[in-house]
Amino acid sequence: MTAVRDLIEKNCFELKNRGRADKAVTKVFCCDLLSVAMGKAPEGCAWVTVMGNRNTLAVASLTDVSCVILAEGAALTPEDLACAEKEEITVFYTELPVFEAALAVHSLL
Amino acid sequence: MSECLTFEYQVPGDDFTRAGEASSSVKNKLKMMGVDSGAIRRVAIAMYEGEINMVIHAGGGAIKVMVTDDNIRIILADTGPGIPDVEKAMQLGYSTAPEEVRSLGFGAGMGLPNMKKYSDNMQIDTEVGVGTTVTMDIHL
Repeated sequence: MTAVRDLIEKNCFELKNRGRADKAVTKVFCCDLLSVAMGKAPEGCAWVTVMGNRNTLAVASLTDVSCVILAEGAALTPEDLACAEKEEITVFYTELPVFEAALAVHSLL
Repeated sequence: MSECLTFEYQVPGDDFTRAGEASSSVKNKLKMMGVDSGAIRRVAIAMYEGEINMVIHAGGGAIKVMVTDDNIRIILADTGPGIPDVEKAMQLGYSTAPEEVRSLGFGAGMGLPNMKKYSDNMQIDTEVGVGTTVTMDIHL
């Protein structure tokens, strides 16, 4: 079983906040529409998106994703990163496009 | 009659980034109470969608969550503009959300459909110009 820790150790992406690293990564999920992610993000998924804002973190927390991967250079504000820290959500940054970032995670599952 | 635990929240209508705080608080409380994680997830999703709707459309409102042994009831009440056509509002993809909300990734017309999907029972009481009350039950 792949865990968030494995993604951190493999250095696939830039780690911006270390949340609960023991969380199992069940699937990869790609979606930029938060309304869709809210209804469809599978529990424990690694969520790849270019939508970097506070609401992304709220959706991530409420749907119990294992980590958020912000692709295409998307970034959070320092205030939002502080929120990720408080909510113990692991956040990665990458310059990779969404598909390639997702593929990198998929190859570890 | 089983014991009923009640949590109440006021949702401010002016701060979109704070939407979700009430849902997050309920989620944590249910977790501490040892409620089944699948049920917690459904409550969190349904309630957050309702909270977002309140902020986007109604200038905030009040949420009451009632927990008994076999049910979690979420009552979202606002004094916003009301829903003129509930049937239309329930249609997947129908949205009246403003552009700034869409640019944040919301407003895709999935709020009410998601709430219905994740609850066992949902009732909408609404009157144009008076407000809307949505009641959802999630059975345990």
